[in-house]
Amino acid sequence: MSVIEIKNLTKKFEVEGHTVTALSGINLSVEKGDIFGIIGMSGAGKSTLVRSINYLEKPTEGHVLIDGVNLEELSEKELRKKRSQIGMIFQNFNLLEQKNVIDNVCFPLEISGVKKKEARQKAKDLLKLVGLEEKEKAYPSQLSGGQKQRVAIARALSTNPQILLCDEATSALDPQTTASILGLLKKINADLGITIVIITHQMSVVTEVCNKVAIIDSGRLVEVGDVEKIFENPESDAAKELISGKEIRYTPVQILNDVKRIRIVFQENSAYEPVIANTILKLQAPVNILRADTRNVNGKAIGEMILGLPEGEELQNSIIEHLQNSGLFVAEVGENE
Amino acid sequence: MNEQVIKMLLEGIKDTLYMTFGSVIIGYAVGLPLGILLYVSSEKGLRPNKVIYHVFDFVCNIIRSIPFLILLILLIPFTRLIVGQSYGSTATIVPLVICAAPYIARVVESSLNEVDAGVIEAAKSMGASNFQIITKVLLVEARTSLLTGFTITTGLLLGYSAMSGTVGGGGLGDIAVRYGYYRWQTDIMFVTVILLIIIFQIIQNVGTKISLKADHRKR
Repeated sequence: MSVIEIKNLTKKFEVEGHTVTALSGINLSVEKGDIFGIIGMSGAGKSTLVRSINYLEKPTEGHVLIDGVNLEELSEKELRKKRSQIGMIFQNFNLLEQKNVIDNVCFPLEISGVKKKEARQKAKDLLKLVGLEEKEKAYPSQLSGGQKQRVAIARALSTNPQILLCDEATSALDPQTTASILGLLKKINADLGITIVIITHQMSVVTEVCNKVAIIDSGRLVEVGDVEKIFENPESDAAKELISGKEIRYTPVQILNDVKRIRIVFQENSAYEPVIANTILKLQAPVNILRADTRNVNGKAIGEMILGLPEGEELQNSIIEHLQNSGLFVAEVGENE
Repeated sequence: MNEQVIKMLLEGIKDTLYMTFGSVIIGYAVGLPLGILLYVSSEKGLRPNKVIYHVFDFVCNIIRSIPFLILLILLIPFTRLIVGQSYGSTATIVPLVICAAPYIARVVESSLNEVDAGVIEAAKSMGASNFQIITKVLLVEARTSLLTGFTITTGLLLGYSAMSGTVGGGGLGDIAVRYGYYRWQTDIMFVTVILLIIIFQIIQNVGTKISLKADHRKR
């Protein structure tokens, strides 16, 4: 049974007499232990989607099931109880500015009616987990962005949730701090077995920590699956754009008009062999490297390259074949894509 | 200045403080829940309700648009009904409260509006009920702003309590009107004005200090 199941979810907003469809017909399952990335450009509807998971936004149509329980069928009180079992962190941290660190972490427990002494102990343990045990008396204004997010994570974990929702949790942080927060999320997932849903617009966040990814474009789910598979062979335009960046679409057409372009993806093993050089030597044909990048996908180094092939269909085909035989994933890149 | 005058002024200070703090406390007892109600029922509130919001919004505006001096006179029958007499410091508290409550409600509403919507959303995501959000998030996070509002309101009511002196309200304002205006004893009026300034300064300074101390947003 999936931990989170989203069935045919549609969300419409009334804005000044107009109906705006933020999400339409979304189907998703998140399995226990997943770190599930939901990625899309701003305005794609991903924040609405994550808020639907704990019913902060009630869907216009469709259902959300948490551990098989349909949230629609819960009373207001039961829904609040359910929410308290789903942790959530935010882009702007949303800490209580007038409470110190430990009181912030205790806050969800206070709401749930846990005894103060018990809550304090739990909060102390969690602050240790996130590496902030010395800051328990500090106020949020005295902390850096990364520290604030750590407090927010400790707070979100205080009720022992099985699910943690992260809404652009690293978008306000610098790259180094982002990496450390992502590391922390990974650790929480591995050590505590908490299922994590990460909303982001940064592909690097997805490749860094997620094992599954869903791509949202204009309120629709356009692609979903294992991160590695989608990284190797993105099918939707949105996925391609998120992976390779927008600039590839604007490569001057004239220069490359007659040249066939392919995108190759290296797996770990093939990254050690000089595949391109071998191809050139063997086929005596020059290839033009238009773009190259290496990324860490789930701890594996995966290389990506866009090559311009010389003219001649036969030659092009044999180059592609040779590359494929070397264990690379090859896909054609369309004109102006 | 003879002993009698000093005694009278001391009595005046006592009455002024009694009216000011009496009305501010009762005013908050009415205005604070009213302000919370306005916030909660507003369009972006925790439980939007157009009818409730517009009714209380309208009532607040009506009362606030009546000048205090006129309210004071208008309310004489009502005051007599409640207190048994329409003069003296206790009687003055009635119109002061009625004048202050809608004002306080507005001040409270605007303080609560300043609370970051993200924090409220976070509390909701933790499963907090609306009541818990009000008591544990809104009133706590808006604390500084609420205290500032309290100070401003107290200062305002100090001034209004003095104004009530014109219709026999008691306190320093009453003394100023009776001696300064009717008897041309400018020196006594002068002293009462200085006393009012001093009291106002003390209220303002103490209020500012407390609200600064209660604020943890600054480093």
